[in-house]
Amino acid sequence: MNPLETLRTSISAILSRKMRSGLTMLGILIGVAAVMLTVGLGQGAQQTVASEINSLGSNLLVVTPGSSTSSSGVRGGFGSATTLTLSDANLLADQNNCPDISAVAPIMSSSQSVTSATSNWTTSLVGTTPGWLPVRARTVTSGRFFTSQESSDGATVAVIGSTTASELFTGSPVGQSVTVNGTTFTIIGELNTAGSSIAGNQDDTLLIPISTFAERIASSAQVGSISSIYLEASGQSTLSAAYQEAEQALDTAHGTTADAADFSIASQASLVQTATSTSRTLTVLLGGIAAISLLVGGIGVMNIMLVSVTERIREIGLRKALGATPAVILRQFLTEASLLGLIGGALGVIVGVIGARLLPGLISQPVSVSPVATVGALLVSLLIGIIAGVYPASRAARLAPIDALRME
Amino acid sequence: MTLTQGGDPRVIDGLDPEPIVDLDEIRKTYSAGSVAVEALRGVSLRVDVGEYLAITGPSGSGKSTLMHIIGCLDVPTSGTYLLSGQDVSTMTERELAHVRNRRIGFVFQQFNLLASLTALRNVELPLVYAGVPAADRARRALQALDALGLGDRVDHRPGQLSGGQQQRVSVARALVNDPDLILADEPTGNLDSVATRDVLALFDELHASGHTIVLITHEHDVAARSGRQVSVRDGLLVHGEGIDDLTLAAGVRG
Repeated sequence: MNPLETLRTSISAILSRKMRSGLTMLGILIGVAAVMLTVGLGQGAQQTVASEINSLGSNLLVVTPGSSTSSSGVRGGFGSATTLTLSDANLLADQNNCPDISAVAPIMSSSQSVTSATSNWTTSLVGTTPGWLPVRARTVTSGRFFTSQESSDGATVAVIGSTTASELFTGSPVGQSVTVNGTTFTIIGELNTAGSSIAGNQDDTLLIPISTFAERIASSAQVGSISSIYLEASGQSTLSAAYQEAEQALDTAHGTTADAADFSIASQASLVQTATSTSRTLTVLLGGIAAISLLVGGIGVMNIMLVSVTERIREIGLRKALGATPAVILRQFLTEASLLGLIGGALGVIVGVIGARLLPGLISQPVSVSPVATVGALLVSLLIGIIAGVYPASRAARLAPIDALRME
Repeated sequence: MTLTQGGDPRVIDGLDPEPIVDLDEIRKTYSAGSVAVEALRGVSLRVDVGEYLAITGPSGSGKSTLMHIIGCLDVPTSGTYLLSGQDVSTMTERELAHVRNRRIGFVFQQFNLLASLTALRNVELPLVYAGVPAADRARRALQALDALGLGDRVDHRPGQLSGGQQQRVSVARALVNDPDLILADEPTGNLDSVATRDVLALFDELHASGHTIVLITHEHDVAARSGRQVSVRDGLLVHGEGIDDLTLAAGVRG
């Protein structure tokens, strides 16, 4: 019996029990579509996170203080120490020391209540230098950014994010004034709109010169130290050189070695990795649950094939009486089970692709469909069909023709 | 193929022809739990080429078991069975399938046609398992149906045919692979008297054209159409035609 004839027999067997075959395929369909959508959702989320981090600026390095150890021996996490200072930032900005670092932005920040003439709003107050603009790849849409002079002189000027501006003012914020912690600042510029990212709403911020922050805002514990330094390498190719220059310069300044540094430097790539590893774990978890539903679908195929063998016991007997060998019967039932798996899988892929199109509109999360995952899902559903078919098919093949024929 | 077939090519002048079926001391024991049931207790039987043999016997006598063994649907516990000179008692399931496909044409009481297939596809089945190419298959199946007067019913499914027509389709299926032996198990058991006459006439015709037929029945008048009758009683063979109704009735068990 040639393969074509086997296929023909299997298809007609599937078609002769449309309802049941359909329900069996539904199990595989749901499993495949669930795996595709959860994995696609996870991958979409990872891509979003990666692109958001990349949007923070290009060729970015972030220096954060190391961990602190309190007098009682309790060690804090990274960033808890107060080992980074403004002079570190100046050191890194020095082109002689660090020729591959093109811009430096030291950051001091805290959450502060900001008051305007008519309103008040709690926002992220950031003390920095003019290097912040290029490092974060931002621009000023109206007014101007503060100058290096203002930055070091402790001028009471501020640049405002668009969200903060709309919360505090009705018209243009430039020229207006706000009060923070008893100090009145004049708004000299408004930032472009950057949208939200994992770093929070990038438009809900108020930037002031770092020296002003240190003098008027910083708490006593914060004085003299800064929370992080953003560095921009001069190019993609000089990123690792910039990394090493920064590390060396700070080690020299702090008198530490690379093994016992009191600071840490993270590149954008490592940030992306850290941020996506969480969503990857989640994807694996959800994908695992979806895979279980696929497994349940496979058990459904096996179940229905067993019922089918029992139901068609007379037919099997007759086919054997007419000359079907055990191998032919085995092939016929295996083909039938594989077809159930494969067709269910193919329908699942179609539902998955349609779902990947529709879902982003409903949950505002991107869903990516990779061709590899699609082909993989098809192969897995075929494999599940085959595995689920082996036992029922071998039972059918082993039936003695006479026992099968005698059944009423 | 046609129903009018010449003399059997295996019959060589002056030599005793080899029997189609040669059973020697066939025993069959079934074990039902701890109890062993002896269905056949030493049956020896010859069926010659071109013969029309009827096997009768009450239910429970072992005639069904005997028919299954002759049809290679079951294997004997002991004894030898030569089918056209070939020992089938030691064959594997695969070899037996081949024998059933090429050497034996089955006609069943229940017709055993596949309801989802057309008459033509049903008749094609043995050819499918024999590996005959599709075009050749359709041609031969059509010829077989034509010869049985069902040329205009080839696309009908079994449900659209009368009992007599269904049995004709199953006879066409039995003949399509040109078997050595036609084995009919109560072929008229599910037919009305008109269809019974029709099918029996068909068997007469097949016999006349040289086919070897073994027919299992419990009906006297059906058995009477055959050339020779044997009867099975309690797993043993009783030869001869003189099987009277009294013993037959006495042998019937629940």
